[in-house]
Amino acid sequence: MSLAQASAILPERGGLRGSLSDTLWRKPTVLLVLLLTPPVLWLGIVYLGSLFALLLQSFFSIDEFSGLINREFTFKTYGELLRPSNIDIIVRTVSMAAMVTLAAAVVAFPIAYFAARYARGKWKALFYLGVMLPLWSSYLVKVYAWKLILAKEGILTWLFAKLHLTWLIDAWLSLPIVGGNSLSVSFTGTFIVFLYVWLPFMILPVQAALERVPQNLVEASSDLGATPAQTFRNVLFPLALPGIVAGSIFTFSLTLGDYIIPQIVGTSHLFIGQAVYAHQGTAGNIPLAAAFTVVPIVVMGFYLWGAKRMGAFDAL
Amino acid sequence: MRSDRQSAPLGLKIAAAAGLAFLHLPLLLIFVYAFTTEERSYQWPPPGLTLQWFAVTWNRPDVWQALTLSIKVAAISTVIAMILGTLCAAAVSRTRFFGRETISLLVILPIALPGIITGIALRSAFNLADIPFSTWTIILGHATFCVVVVYNNAVARFRRVSGSLVEASMDLGADGFQTFRHVILPNIGTALVAGGMLAFALSFDEVIVTTFTAGQQQTLPIWMLEELVRPRQRPVTNVVAMVVVLVTLLPILAAYYLTRDGDQIAGSGK
Amino acid sequence: MTTAVAFEKISRHFGTVKAVDAVDLDIREGEFFAMLGPSGSGKTTCLRLIAGFERPTAGRLSIFGERAEDVPPYRRNVNTVFQDYALFPHLNVTDNVAYGLMVKGVAKAERRRAADEALELVKLPGYGARRPGQLSGGQRQRVALARALVNRPKVLLLDEPLGALDLKLRENMQEELKALQKSLGITFVFVTHDQGEALSMADRIAVFDHGKVMQVGTPEEIYKTPNSRFVADFVGSSNVLPPDFVLRHAGEKRWASLRPEAVRLVEQGPGSIAATVISSAYLGGTTRLGLDVEGQRINAVLPAGEPFPAEGKPVHIGFARDDLHLMDEGG
Repeated sequence: MSLAQASAILPERGGLRGSLSDTLWRKPTVLLVLLLTPPVLWLGIVYLGSLFALLLQSFFSIDEFSGLINREFTFKTYGELLRPSNIDIIVRTVSMAAMVTLAAAVVAFPIAYFAARYARGKWKALFYLGVMLPLWSSYLVKVYAWKLILAKEGILTWLFAKLHLTWLIDAWLSLPIVGGNSLSVSFTGTFIVFLYVWLPFMILPVQAALERVPQNLVEASSDLGATPAQTFRNVLFPLALPGIVAGSIFTFSLTLGDYIIPQIVGTSHLFIGQAVYAHQGTAGNIPLAAAFTVVPIVVMGFYLWGAKRMGAFDAL
Repeated sequence: MRSDRQSAPLGLKIAAAAGLAFLHLPLLLIFVYAFTTEERSYQWPPPGLTLQWFAVTWNRPDVWQALTLSIKVAAISTVIAMILGTLCAAAVSRTRFFGRETISLLVILPIALPGIITGIALRSAFNLADIPFSTWTIILGHATFCVVVVYNNAVARFRRVSGSLVEASMDLGADGFQTFRHVILPNIGTALVAGGMLAFALSFDEVIVTTFTAGQQQTLPIWMLEELVRPRQRPVTNVVAMVVVLVTLLPILAAYYLTRDGDQIAGSGK
Repeated sequence: MTTAVAFEKISRHFGTVKAVDAVDLDIREGEFFAMLGPSGSGKTTCLRLIAGFERPTAGRLSIFGERAEDVPPYRRNVNTVFQDYALFPHLNVTDNVAYGLMVKGVAKAERRRAADEALELVKLPGYGARRPGQLSGGQRQRVALARALVNRPKVLLLDEPLGALDLKLRENMQEELKALQKSLGITFVFVTHDQGEALSMADRIAVFDHGKVMQVGTPEEIYKTPNSRFVADFVGSSNVLPPDFVLRHAGEKRWASLRPEAVRLVEQGPGSIAATVISSAYLGGTTRLGLDVEGQRINAVLPAGEPFPAEGKPVHIGFARDDLHLMDEGG
């Protein structure tokens, strides 16, 4: 290889491409603006614009006689939102979301812990897919599957009959609140389906958080004489907590806004999602529907704020 | 690593296995019901097995129409989401600029907030702007929440394609376009395809936002929803449910294989 | 001799951070030039300015006499060996090496031949079909070197090129790089925080601190006659002596540096200074003593074999007046 004879600075390449490339190097901000403009325009106009329009409408009111929307700024609709029947809906939905979240954390933890700590190689991939596939399978099909399972003539009744445990279902269904005519029209049914549908959203972040716990921490704890229960309470659980909180963002938010599951498997008592759907649809009361949507937004706002303070976003 | 060889406590094994079974058995049940001879109820065990419902479903124009619309919507939304998501990811991972966090939040918001909010917001915006429902109103909604899956996948990969690779390429004489073509694209390609597949699966399956933006049109999930609320042809629904499971599984598996070395599919992106 | 790279009052500020501040520098054609300094001293930014990854906020940069501030990296006939090597993971070794030729539109057969030649030059013949992931750290570095050299750059930039290698490999590579530079005659500019590496490899060294060039000179000049406390301390692990001390023992009230090997143990007598041994470390070829002299810490390096006193023992030291290097400023 001989010493280069070429000039140290090569000539400009010319043409549109050459000068454009040079410009983007000289002014990186131009490139940034070019990259950001389309997505920001889209999300800003289509999404935020709609969201803003929706919030705005929650300050309008509906004329009870004509059914027309009165476009004057008022808090009247929010007053309506605070009626006892609506408060019931909100309390019902938020408690359901809380219970689903809690149950999801309990069920998810062993799976996540096993996958993070004991599964290796092929098993690890299998576990991962084992969570990913149900996560991404069709939401409606999942709900449908539970309609099949919980139906009176379905597999669950059959199974309990085979085990001579039919009395157990009957006893449970005769309980107030959680009971009902059959599992598919009870809060118990709604709860199970919610748990099933959102469970993978809890497993993944918990697993991610647990994977970041160094193995030797667990060993150090047992080395120092902690029983497994103590190790769990003092070492694993605090370290997994950000993952659990991250997962709970999904389970909580998704439960708050869902209107299909309680409609298909559940009682006639409404959830927030159903109320929103009913008010904007048949009732045509868009202002009240809009005001209703503010509830999950506010709840999630506080939730996210708390989660952020706990460092849960790192586990997402 | 002594502990690697330790096997898990029995209780943990059982709890994990039970959890996974809870996740998978209901889906398997769908496959059995597709073959049942029972027409009027969800009777278990199935009184008999038959293939006839596949033929019946095959000849149903409404199912075909819904399927076609779903595929069309998913395809176009995916393309839009891939473009927007990639641009956003490129901008966010390239530089630390003012408002970077805000951009991430903006992208994530459409799935972080319950779908019903996105749905009703879009619907009321269409109302206010006097936009009639069409395929495009569905696509508008779908593309919005699909951006995030592409974005998540692309951001993870951009992070791996370290800045010095781009600098190395320019250093060796490649201009911006050559660098994009020869270095950036080959390195983020699989992540983009994976993101696109997830976006397709997400759009293909979406129902909550769609109910607000579709008007009288029926995508496959809307068709199913109507069957769920008012069951009319249970056997056909069973077959469609099974087909939907299979159709969504393929892109997920493909996406998994495309991204398995290194970063994982952004599952939390759904 | 022509100037390969010239900095004239070049600054690179990031907001309020002055990464490089009004630097003047001349790098001559064909020399092996080292930029030495602690991390954050601005040496890497200077390298990136030459490569074109950064643009100066002020000042003039010329490469072989041509203004370069507005020239993007791909139009500079300058190539870089990156600290993390930055090999393209999706290309095999041959395609990595031939990348520069490929984007310049060189025909496939010819760039294969050139790549093979370059791999031979860095002693990696026959590795062309491998992927970067299948190579060891040392091999990756050679590929990175071949990838840069194949373009026959006018200036080769090396960013901490040996930082990631283990000691033995590093020593081999030092020799090889030096030999390579001699035989090719290309100007090498390399960045390092390791003063030993800079001293042993470079023709000239620029010592950086806080975005400024503190001193430029041959290794010997830098080592023997540092112009500031910082250079004395950073480059030679010299004893930096405060003005009071120098006044008492050399008669001038100025900062001075004294290399540890210039310190001798002597019998008590005229000119000898009383000291106490605080520490001693056996280094194989030499022994290093830590001494307390009038409250001032002084290091001495004694040749092996010379008997050395135990810790806590009072001793007397001396040094030749010529070895005491008076500095212009206190740094």
